[in-house]
Amino acid sequence: MVLNIGPQHPSTHGVLRLKVKTDGEIVSEITPIIGYLHRCFEKHCENLSYEQVIPYTDRCDYIASMNNNFGYVVAVEELMGIEVPERVEYIRVIMAELNRIASHLLALGTYGLDIGAFTPFLYMFRDRERILDLFEMTCGARLLYNYMWVGGLSHDLPVGFVEAAYDFLDYFEPQVKEYNDLLTYNKIFIERTADIGVLPAEVAINYGVTGPNLRGSGVAWDLRKAEPYSVYDRFEFDIPVGKGLVGSVGDCWDRYWVRVQEMLESVKIIRQALQKMPSEGDVHAALPKKVRPPKGSIYKRTESPRGDLGYYIISSGKPVPFRIKMRSPAFTALCVLDEIARGWMISDVLAILGSLDIVLGEIDR
Amino acid sequence: MFENLTSLEWLLWLILAGLLLFGLMAVNALAAVYAERKLSAFMQDRLGPMGQGAGFHAGKWGMLQTVADALKLILKEDIIPRAADRRLFIIAPYIIFIGAFIAIAALPFSEYIQVIDINLGIFYLLAVCSLGVVGLITAGWASDNKWSLYGALRSAAQIVSYEIPAALSIIVVVMLTSTLDLQGIIRSQEGVIWGILPNWIIFNNPFAFLAFFIYFISGVAETNRTPFDIPEAESELVAGFHTEYSGMRWAFFFLSEYANMFIVCGIATVAFLGGWQSPVPGFMDSGAWGLFWFFGKVLFLIFVMIWFRWTFPRLRVDQLMGVAWKVLLPLALLNIFGVGLWSLYIG
Repeated sequence: MVLNIGPQHPSTHGVLRLKVKTDGEIVSEITPIIGYLHRCFEKHCENLSYEQVIPYTDRCDYIASMNNNFGYVVAVEELMGIEVPERVEYIRVIMAELNRIASHLLALGTYGLDIGAFTPFLYMFRDRERILDLFEMTCGARLLYNYMWVGGLSHDLPVGFVEAAYDFLDYFEPQVKEYNDLLTYNKIFIERTADIGVLPAEVAINYGVTGPNLRGSGVAWDLRKAEPYSVYDRFEFDIPVGKGLVGSVGDCWDRYWVRVQEMLESVKIIRQALQKMPSEGDVHAALPKKVRPPKGSIYKRTESPRGDLGYYIISSGKPVPFRIKMRSPAFTALCVLDEIARGWMISDVLAILGSLDIVLGEIDR
Repeated sequence: MFENLTSLEWLLWLILAGLLLFGLMAVNALAAVYAERKLSAFMQDRLGPMGQGAGFHAGKWGMLQTVADALKLILKEDIIPRAADRRLFIIAPYIIFIGAFIAIAALPFSEYIQVIDINLGIFYLLAVCSLGVVGLITAGWASDNKWSLYGALRSAAQIVSYEIPAALSIIVVVMLTSTLDLQGIIRSQEGVIWGILPNWIIFNNPFAFLAFFIYFISGVAETNRTPFDIPEAESELVAGFHTEYSGMRWAFFFLSEYANMFIVCGIATVAFLGGWQSPVPGFMDSGAWGLFWFFGKVLFLIFVMIWFRWTFPRLRVDQLMGVAWKVLLPLALLNIFGVGLWSLYIG
């Protein structure tokens, strides 16, 4: 029987359609069909000035907009050779890591929902709300920020932000224990995720899977450590990798667990950044009068919550980019779905899909 | 009491009882849905339905929310998919509803209030409880929707599997009380056991204690509640067998789902928790208090079911079958053996 999961389905995390061949409950073949959310991001960019591209990057991975901004502005700055003030770098790191926590909270919450646990989802959304409040305080927007500009930021941190951020971190760290008690170590949850959808390290590397999905397979690859950009080389943090604590390395539970641990690592980074951040500095100091990179091209990649987010920018010396290509980590994660989900049951396919944490806005662009 | 009734009185009695039971089912669904909403809200750090301000709203603390829901369902357009098997599609909700309705007729609400007291009471309840599954399969098949079919097949397999451990744990009760009559079962649970505990079957011996949990878990599975809600797994099958239903037809599914919860908890109360008996013998034990104790115990068990739903994730199809056949069934069989030995040598 051929079953169409999606494009309108609660567990496809957006408008994804999975054409699934089933034999009873067992799935023999999965064909993801994408493009329902295609908005011509890359083509649009060829007709927009460099600054105007930034709001478009927001809308790619709308769960982690700060990180999308971050990758893009870092790439353009490197192309233009701009040195940004230290305070800007620290604020960017704080925002990106807060956004990473928010993104992982959403990923874990909806993953619980895929497995059938409703309550953790709302707990995580409650806590994500506090991060969104911090963003709203900073730049007025809660989802699509357009906060990082080429050479600086749209606003400096508002008065009271640092205290509010510390408040949040102090509140958040004990919450992780609550998630663990309620979901992570729940017997049924482990039954549903351990040993399911095992992604072996070499398969992950061959497909180009990155981010928590790759780290869940036991490969300690994180661009923040491997190719530090911005000021990431100044922080102490670990790269959590999947250890197969309840099943085998690279199963759904490992991918989930890596995200939980990464949230704690992000908390560590934010604490250090808040401490080391210079208290003075104009976030607009390095803004160029005109964003007009010299002729040439650059490929810059950064670690978004979903993995290796790359921007390939070709400049023809005009104020409009000649070509922008975005490498989406969620896209490669979706590619591996058929490989790891074949032969499992329908419920497992959705559990595996959820554990890959895809965002259709980024896949379709 | 039925022997000296004329046929007209019979008819009137049937209609009256039917109306009363229908009222009970409706009130039960309204109250349980409200409780479900509010309890889930409190467990999830939310407020749940709240009415505020002037004009049309859901009343103080959202008390009228479920009433509004019911009104909406009555007024909703009735959609029957073109490809559906019309006759089966229309009849399916009623089959499920009848299954729940005739079961509730035999429940002893108190010592004196019971629509029909048959001497095979508990056997009858177990038998008619499984009638609903016919409706589920009919609904899933008639909808002509692959998702509904999946839901229907899953639920058929699930309900049939879980009926076995449920029935086997009820056998423990029958062995201990030597009667199938519901009132008889309740009467035999009078008094005190182990010095302080009420003489309920659940406290009678360790095997009976275990039997209660086997029955309750099977009951949760039979009513398709989380963690066994795979027939309607909302994140997999969207709504399972009732995906294509809307309006009143859907409301009938809903009504019978909550009625089934009530029945399963009612059977558990009668068989294991002393029915209308007070937990402290002699204390608030007479007349209408029976009603209070019966409903108190049933509502507590329903609360536990709601608590489950908002705490646990969902099992997978094969794991669910595994629980039924590999864990609950052997345990239930051992239980029967154990109770036999217990009543032979100790009890």
